[in-house]
Amino acid sequence: MAAPIQWQLATVTGVRDETASVRSFTLSMPAWPGHRAGQHVDIRLTAEDGYSVERSYSIASAPEAAAQPGGSVEITVERIPDGEVSAFLHDVVVPGDRFEVRGPIGGYFVWEAALGGPLLLVAGGSGVVPLMAMLRHRAAAGSGVPARLLYSSRGGDEIIYRPELDELAADGSGLGVVHTLTRSQPPGWTGYARRIDEAMLSEVLRPLGASARVFICGPTALVENAANALVRLGLPAAQVRTERFGPTGT
Amino acid sequence: MSERYVTRGFVGRRGTEDGGAGDLRGRTPPGQYLTSDFPVLSAGPTPRTPLDRWSFRIEGLVSGPVEWSWDEFLKLPARDWVVDISCVTKWTHLDMRWRGPSVDTLLESVDIDPKAAFAIAYADGGYTTNLPIDDVLNGQAFVAYEYDGKPLAPEHGGPARLVVPARYFWKSAKWVRGLRLQERDEPGFWESLGYHNRGDQWLEERYSGD
Repeated sequence: MAAPIQWQLATVTGVRDETASVRSFTLSMPAWPGHRAGQHVDIRLTAEDGYSVERSYSIASAPEAAAQPGGSVEITVERIPDGEVSAFLHDVVVPGDRFEVRGPIGGYFVWEAALGGPLLLVAGGSGVVPLMAMLRHRAAAGSGVPARLLYSSRGGDEIIYRPELDELAADGSGLGVVHTLTRSQPPGWTGYARRIDEAMLSEVLRPLGASARVFICGPTALVENAANALVRLGLPAAQVRTERFGPTGT
Repeated sequence: MSERYVTRGFVGRRGTEDGGAGDLRGRTPPGQYLTSDFPVLSAGPTPRTPLDRWSFRIEGLVSGPVEWSWDEFLKLPARDWVVDISCVTKWTHLDMRWRGPSVDTLLESVDIDPKAAFAIAYADGGYTTNLPIDDVLNGQAFVAYEYDGKPLAPEHGGPARLVVPARYFWKSAKWVRGLRLQERDEPGFWESLGYHNRGDQWLEERYSGD
């Protein structure tokens, strides 16, 4: 039997706003064993009287970024109205706070530069988080694997990691970032302005071809529609990996 | 760390979801939260097998494999099941209502070799999960083709999924097409990717080594 994945007492060493409702937290770990892009951590919060809750959050940082003493990971959390854990993280947690974390967890929704590509990443909302870990890893590893991110947000001000995505897309490494804004578009917007559909996926996939490895993360309907459309477009189901953020992701 | 660390400022929402009924916390396994949603979690695209090509098999260490077509499967004795379901991703949904035959009913059609100790559920899309046979007998598991009075939706595992309420929900194989009985245990899809081999939610057996 494998060694247990131990709970560790993480210290919050950084808090950064990504959008009005999304915030990233850097967690310094006493003994982080390292992770692969796409994996997640479990967080456990405990009240004075022993009441405790657990939630899972995707790791946003590249494996390469964890290599400090002990190690650190970054998570990016969307504040869910009435979310028992996400609201606590947003409203209460400040640098220096500590809570229990264990991981890394998950071994299927994972990409490593050594796996190669081409790489098609499809995100909806905060589903971009584990995909960002893959893009950060791709950059940190110096990978030139052709890659495209198709990222659906409701509006321009809800795009998570926008400045960093712009930089990565401009670094000449062969990454393309394609946004679609489903509810509101800024003046002069010339990009996609509808939900992800088969025609959009076909256009975004075309430069990568049918050998693309695909990772899709977002709300259930987006994931279901995108995965089904890609299979209809001729991608083998085994090349399409999915992770879903259900409506209960509090 | 055996002693849990008290999180500064964390109070939590305990009790708000049970409307004063009081017993719901006792039905919630450790580390889980209650939901009335039915989240969808799967590792890849949803397989779609036409019903006229669908079948369900019992094979392996049995006196002769048996296979039912969809129409034959629907004629098997079935019952309603109202069970609590816990997913390793932390949600628990109480009183989910399903319909389908028990695994006991399915196994009545074969003679089981006494050496058979494990059932490997296999599904469209290549998914597998492993269970000791003792964990699926005596009303502990069933194959559901209805949820909440309606045909089971594809994203929830339709046309039929195994349901094993006493284990985390990944053991309840979606799109299930058969059970293979064997002497030797054989970790399935998630059991080979870091998740616990047994997955008892009351013991919080989430990950390998828990």
